[in-house]
Amino acid sequence: MSSLAVGKAEAATGTRPGTAQRPPLRSRIALIPTITLLLGALYCLLPVAWVVIAATKSGSELFSTFTFLPGSGFTDNVKELSAYRDGVYWKWMGNSALYAGLGALLSTAVSAISGYALAIYRFRGRETVFSILMAGVLMPPVILAIPQYLLLAKADITDSYASVLLPLILSPYGIYLARIYAAAAVPADVVEAGRMDGAGEWRIFTRVALPMMIPGLVTVFLFQFVAVWNNFLLPYIMLSDDEKFPITLGLFTLLEQGANTPALYTLVITGALLAVIPLIALFLVIQRFWSLDLLSGAVKS
Amino acid sequence: MTSARRTSYGVKGAPYAFLLPAVILFALFFALPIGYALWLSLHKVKVSGLGLGSGARKEVWAGIGNYTDALTDSELLAGALRVVGYGTIVVPVMLGLALVFALMLDADKVRFTPFTRLAIFLPYAIPGVVAALLWGFLYLPDVSPFYFVLDKLGLPQPDLLDGGPLYIALSNIAVWGGTGFNMIVIYTALRSIPAEVYEAAKLDGATPLQIALRIKIPMVAPSLVLTFFFSIIATLQVFSEPTTLKPLTNSVPTTWSPLMKVYQDAFGKGDIYSAAAEATLIAIVTLVLSFGFLRAANSRNKQEAAR
Repeated sequence: MSSLAVGKAEAATGTRPGTAQRPPLRSRIALIPTITLLLGALYCLLPVAWVVIAATKSGSELFSTFTFLPGSGFTDNVKELSAYRDGVYWKWMGNSALYAGLGALLSTAVSAISGYALAIYRFRGRETVFSILMAGVLMPPVILAIPQYLLLAKADITDSYASVLLPLILSPYGIYLARIYAAAAVPADVVEAGRMDGAGEWRIFTRVALPMMIPGLVTVFLFQFVAVWNNFLLPYIMLSDDEKFPITLGLFTLLEQGANTPALYTLVITGALLAVIPLIALFLVIQRFWSLDLLSGAVKS
Repeated sequence: MTSARRTSYGVKGAPYAFLLPAVILFALFFALPIGYALWLSLHKVKVSGLGLGSGARKEVWAGIGNYTDALTDSELLAGALRVVGYGTIVVPVMLGLALVFALMLDADKVRFTPFTRLAIFLPYAIPGVVAALLWGFLYLPDVSPFYFVLDKLGLPQPDLLDGGPLYIALSNIAVWGGTGFNMIVIYTALRSIPAEVYEAAKLDGATPLQIALRIKIPMVAPSLVLTFFFSIIATLQVFSEPTTLKPLTNSVPTTWSPLMKVYQDAFGKGDIYSAAAEATLIAIVTLVLSFGFLRAANSRNKQEAAR
């Protein structure tokens, strides 16, 4: 690992012209941090690498060949997975996309307007409202999920798309981030200028402030998208009809059935791989024009 | 719509109107369920006769009965102890790694940081259920590369899904999933420290390690407090990882963590009153721990500031 790292780094610096007298290696690369970080990356990529390879194996290869040796059954595995119970797997993927996409969109909208109101206006009860909304972060989801289920059962809307979507729209963290972004990105005199021009508050928000907040709101959307896509507990409690399951819950039920029948292992493994591809792809694409640092509320100056 | 808003709310009313959706959602999906859970926790069902007919089951006041039952429940206590054991592994290891990685990303002359930063962050994008499932397979002797290597080397092969190693197996899943996010939070704080702060120390000949220990770590203390705080909350609520590992082994009981016990009581046994009391207790413990921790962290900061 270390020799590889050094070799690559040398190649990278060596191509630069005019570096005939290079300083010794140790002063060009901090070896210990570089190697430690590469080991950390290896640890984080290991299960992903394993699932990529395991998904290529047929049922018999999975138990007979060396773990990191690719197999020959990937297309068969995907076909088998797609055929499982008339393609219920792709239904789960579609459901997850719906829950996460629509849920994150609604959540971002509510966060944006609330964060904007909290950042721009001075009004009575502002900090009280903010504190109460933030207290929601502290409430363990399961504490909420069970009474939410019982209350929604009274309204007779459990086991529906709405029962998974609605409780996740309000995101205290999303409001917190949106408030920071609004305070940093929307100057008070721009809002004031809008008022001078006779624009209403709603118009100022949608036409002037919202476009300025977009980079921050992309972060809120992503954060919420991941939170909903990865959510297991709420659908686990709310849903019983597996046609409405998101991918997390679907995979879990597949594993529950598969645990006693190793023949289903390949389906679970292939399903797990296909389930992580969308989010990984999302992050790889988006990191070109979006910084991870934004996730912790960092605002570029 | 637009003009109606303009005339009826004006500048004064606008913030209230803008906050209305959030407040309504908070009332419906936070305040109301919490109130209902509290109400349930103080009630129980009284069955008269054979329990048949509509009037036979009545909700009656139970006082603190459900709470005393919960506090003396051995399964809940055992679950709480397991989570304490699990948390004492997860929180220090995860935050320790996150801090070390963040400091190393921030150090001078470190290579491949765009790649390593993204790779270490990657598990954040993977659902807890899928993470538990992937590691679960890696813990299974039949398919795991670890067991393959141990076998070739002739080393003993521990059963990772039983007894003591189960804690390590579960902790590893949480550490794997959470290190990257916390690393980014700490790294962001590190990058916001102005470079001038180190200049003097560098001129005085301080090593990178000394700069990290004496300058950088104290300066990112607030984000360490924040990550610690969220890690504790997340640890107390562990649910999906042990639930996912359950089908792979017999040694994860349905009441492994307190929240699994709550779920089991509410939906397995159908006793929503006891479940509500247990859930309330967990919420109280979470609040007391997190506020206690924040207060302690604040008073330390104040002491240091006063010095």
